[in-house]
Amino acid sequence: MAAISREEVAHLARLSRLAVTEEELDTFAGQLGVILQSVAQVGEVAAADIPPTSHSVPLTNVLREDVVRPGLTPQEALSGAPDAEEQRFRVPRILDEDVAS
Amino acid sequence: MSDLTRLSAVEIAGLVASGETSAVEVTRAHLDRIGDVDDRVHAFLHVDTEGALAAARAVDERRAAGAELGPLAGVPVAVKDVLTTKGVPTTVGSKILEGWRPPYDSTIVERLRDAGTVMLGKTNMDEFAMGSSTEYSAYGPTRNPWDTDRIPGGSGGGSAAALAAYEAPLSIGSDTGGSIRQPGAVTGTVGAKPTYGGTSRYGLVAFSSSLDTPGPCARTVLDAALLHQVIGGHDPRDSTSIPVPVPDVVAAARLGATGDLTGVKLGVVTEFTGEGAEPGVMAAFRDAAEALAKLGAEIVEVSCPHFSYALPAYYLIAPSECSSNLARFDGVRFGLRVGDDGNRSLEEVMSLTREAGFGPEVKRRIMIGTYALSSGYYDAYYGQAQKVRTLITRDFTSAFEQVDALISPTTPFVAFPIGSRTADPYQMYLADLFTIPANLYGGPAISVPCGLSDGLPVGFQIMAPTLADDRMYRVAAALEGAVGTLTPPTL
Repeated sequence: MAAISREEVAHLARLSRLAVTEEELDTFAGQLGVILQSVAQVGEVAAADIPPTSHSVPLTNVLREDVVRPGLTPQEALSGAPDAEEQRFRVPRILDEDVAS
Repeated sequence: MSDLTRLSAVEIAGLVASGETSAVEVTRAHLDRIGDVDDRVHAFLHVDTEGALAAARAVDERRAAGAELGPLAGVPVAVKDVLTTKGVPTTVGSKILEGWRPPYDSTIVERLRDAGTVMLGKTNMDEFAMGSSTEYSAYGPTRNPWDTDRIPGGSGGGSAAALAAYEAPLSIGSDTGGSIRQPGAVTGTVGAKPTYGGTSRYGLVAFSSSLDTPGPCARTVLDAALLHQVIGGHDPRDSTSIPVPVPDVVAAARLGATGDLTGVKLGVVTEFTGEGAEPGVMAAFRDAAEALAKLGAEIVEVSCPHFSYALPAYYLIAPSECSSNLARFDGVRFGLRVGDDGNRSLEEVMSLTREAGFGPEVKRRIMIGTYALSSGYYDAYYGQAQKVRTLITRDFTSAFEQVDALISPTTPFVAFPIGSRTADPYQMYLADLFTIPANLYGGPAISVPCGLSDGLPVGFQIMAPTLADDRMYRVAAALEGAVGTLTPPTL
């Protein structure tokens, strides 16, 4: 597997919502290249007919009784929020102003 | 130093139950010890002095009232900062959660409290449990009590160092790729990863959900078993929790301590006895295996051909799951928010928050995971790693048709100097070479001290079949009886 370019790192950082610095792009390009080359060893294993394992415990459809249980109060749920208003998490604008207006 | 800090959990619980000492006295002794040595060790991120003393007083009051106390009542315990504690700071070793006080307790912490143990505080860790040295903590490294210029392992270096420094007789860790066992090995303490699903993940800050397993750390095998019994068992709040009772690990540890392993067949993993480990580590391991043979165990070699691919498979699977799990740290519901000046969009604020809040190793793993899951690379990376996971599981299954448990060194090398592996992230990953297969398979594994190499502790790993946690405790206790526990130098 090929090394990873600065541009690819910038793309991954965007997808990952990381506002990385120019300096980090250089560092990460080198480091991620080494890591990806090493983990690419999994490709050496002949496994075409092997089913994948996503989980070691084969439990499916785990349900509980549909009964009311105590939960967090709005105050508790909002206690760690960076910003809250009227019992809601307050976030920066999501839509452009002209769209919102 | 007060003698109380040198005692095992069993001994402390006995003294508290008989009234020879009080839980408050025991707690004060450990808080004093933390005050004396933690500036040199830095095992703790937060010491909950008031909470600990209140919990200890409650135990003493219950005893005075004639209530029956559990087997660990009055025993102090340190908890890895990956588990939520209601009203007590929980950072996961990250700046992104600095100052966060969770509104609820994790199941593990709830069970610790119900058992009458006394939580001393929260221990240091690699950020989000990603690392093998505790150097990736955003709050500075923990130091190994055996040599404070060396790492205490990771990610649960704080939980292991607290034991070796006699700051706590018990601690809780979490093991995703070795984060309980590797710190146990390099600090000369005992660390057990239960069967995946045998301990609840409710309130455990998620790193890699198909692998994360909380578990017990202690200075003796019996103490670890008692702690395992207290925290283990089905939890309806964790959908991957296995709905069966915990095997009787305490009885198994007591049985092992009798020193008879007649009829027990152990397999040395051939793939882990080659050139991967330091000669001193291999020598201590071989001597310990010989000691087990003298107790009656039959020792054979077993090949697990796909174990060599466990490390690369893990470093695709765990980052992939982490890239998804850590999406919740978006500066909206808890923790840090950066750059919200009224002009920036939500996406910009999220990106600035995550950039400022996450350290370099977390960023690397998020990006590796994002890469491995992207269309075009998914089949070659994540998909292939999941297939390799199947083959590793098959290696275990076929090995356990031949032997009762597998054995290997816990880590390829003893505690390394602080700063010696941070420049090359992949060199750090190699610390998990022998511990990762059990995580991918899901079965239990334990590290128990087996001697020294160049004056530093070496860990001996025992891996057992899924839900046969008792089996590893039996072998571990037998080994402990044969080679003894390790006493770190005075700090």
